[in-house]
Amino acid sequence: MLQVEAVHKSFGDFAAVYGASLTVEKGELVAVIGPNGAGKTTLFNLITGQLKPDKGKIVFKGEEISGLPAYQICKMGIGRSFQIVNIFPRLTVFENVQVAVLSHQRQSSNLFSPAQSLAVEETHRILESVGLSGQAGNIAGSLSHGDQKILEIAIALGNEPELLILDEPTAGMSPEETAATIQLIKQLAGPEQSRGAGAQGLTILFCEHDMDVVFDIAQSIMVMHHGQTLIQGKPEEVRMNTQVQEAYLGFDAAQPSGGEPDA
Amino acid sequence: MFKGVGNPSTTLRTRLVSHRWLWPAVGVFIILLILPPLAPRFYVYIFALIFVTALLAMSLNLTVGYGGLFQFHHSVFYGVGAYTLALMLTKTSLPMWVGFIAGPIMAAVVGLFIGWFCVRLSQLYFGMLQISLGSLIWAIVFRWYTFTGGDDGIHGIPRPPILSSSNRAYYFILFALVICLVAMYIIVKSPFGATLQAVRDNPQRCEAVGINVRRHQLMAIVIATFFAGVAGVLFVVLERSVFPSLLFWTLSLEIFIMCLLGGWFTFAGPMLGAAIIVALRTFVGKYTEYWTLVLGVILILLIFFLPEGVMGYFLRIGGSANRRIGESGKGAG
Repeated sequence: MLQVEAVHKSFGDFAAVYGASLTVEKGELVAVIGPNGAGKTTLFNLITGQLKPDKGKIVFKGEEISGLPAYQICKMGIGRSFQIVNIFPRLTVFENVQVAVLSHQRQSSNLFSPAQSLAVEETHRILESVGLSGQAGNIAGSLSHGDQKILEIAIALGNEPELLILDEPTAGMSPEETAATIQLIKQLAGPEQSRGAGAQGLTILFCEHDMDVVFDIAQSIMVMHHGQTLIQGKPEEVRMNTQVQEAYLGFDAAQPSGGEPDA
Repeated sequence: MFKGVGNPSTTLRTRLVSHRWLWPAVGVFIILLILPPLAPRFYVYIFALIFVTALLAMSLNLTVGYGGLFQFHHSVFYGVGAYTLALMLTKTSLPMWVGFIAGPIMAAVVGLFIGWFCVRLSQLYFGMLQISLGSLIWAIVFRWYTFTGGDDGIHGIPRPPILSSSNRAYYFILFALVICLVAMYIIVKSPFGATLQAVRDNPQRCEAVGINVRRHQLMAIVIATFFAGVAGVLFVVLERSVFPSLLFWTLSLEIFIMCLLGGWFTFAGPMLGAAIIVALRTFVGKYTEYWTLVLGVILILLIFFLPEGVMGYFLRIGGSANRRIGESGKGAG
């Protein structure tokens, strides 16, 4: 579904991403891991068009998307959340998601219908699926950090993406919130992952610092180091890879510890 | 409107907003309707001038308040609307309503042209480019004696018979203002209006949910300049003359101040700001030519004590009372 081939991106003299490659198959749950500064966020920004790659190719559903503006990439079916909370703080929770749903329904330029009667059901359905229904009328900026991170995901879902990119969805969350978020991600992902009702069958690409979580839920893991891809493979392959152990994991991979501290 | 089942807080909020304003607005409208026979002619004129200025400030606020754009030279579009009508009435024999339509459209076309360049820049650069391009148009109007009358402007523009008396002009301007306000309100509450406010608050996030930020900003500019053109047309109806200072940047600054003064995060705030400034200029200006000094002091006080503007202040102190009314209303209904 998504192929990233040897993309490069430099900021001045600093090569943030230097030959990263990645493959995401339809229905997969793919994790990108790597130490802080490995270029994970930059890679995501390149895929979703916030940044343009200097070199390399990004292909989504058979079409080259590298260098397209972000809004076009979103319209092709890639939704994303941001590592640092990036919401509309002055709008209500409901309106935050509604803006995305309206955009997806191509209503953003509609001048004459009252917005409050449009996309209401869809928006409530999304808020319910992420568990924010009770907060719908609250101003988004007043939510707790954990709820704002969940709202991030809800906004991304507003576009009904085929590929959902989550940049450290649990960053800064309490252990309970993290567990709930992981549960949500499993639920959003393919049926194999959720093993239960409510599965939505999304393809998800995410990055995460908690190794337990990553090795527990990801079907494929890509390891980045100094802007480069070390390896992409199944969790077992990655765990056994000595290069990865040296470069990043830094612990006895057979007995994973609590994981890396957050940024 | 009441489809938000299972979400009482949102529906209650929107109900409050739409109903809280309706009856006071209707009351003010009725008072303004019966004003001309009762008030001296001078006051009728001042009120009409306030209506025109209010529409101009409201149109600016679509870009400044709702769009978060640095629309620094908005009066150019006002002037273009006014000059278009004035030139059509004096230089052609087309029916007057053609000019009434052509004025706003011409303003929107110029808005599209200037805006197309401006939305490619951000924030202050947007504002600087708009001042440059706007001043260019001012310079053309100011220097082109054979066509625009240069710095003399055009005077004694014939007013169509049905607008011949000042009371008729007053009613025409009042109705045009109300129609424009309703149209602006619908636009602000539309999906476009909601999206525009989202763009103002977080353009990056908007791009990431598939919104073409520049296109929405450009649309906002075109809509705002159209309404500025309507204000320009109404100015000609009222004053029967046009002059280059309609396009000068000091007027742009003045209407910007009106938005700040009235409260640019409220829908009706700029109208209040326009009323305050026009009244100040008229009544303080009678006693001293330094009326801007008074304005300066008011602005300083405003920045320190009412940063959200006069209307924003009243909404804030009225907020708790209204919530109580809303809750009792909910209990009753």
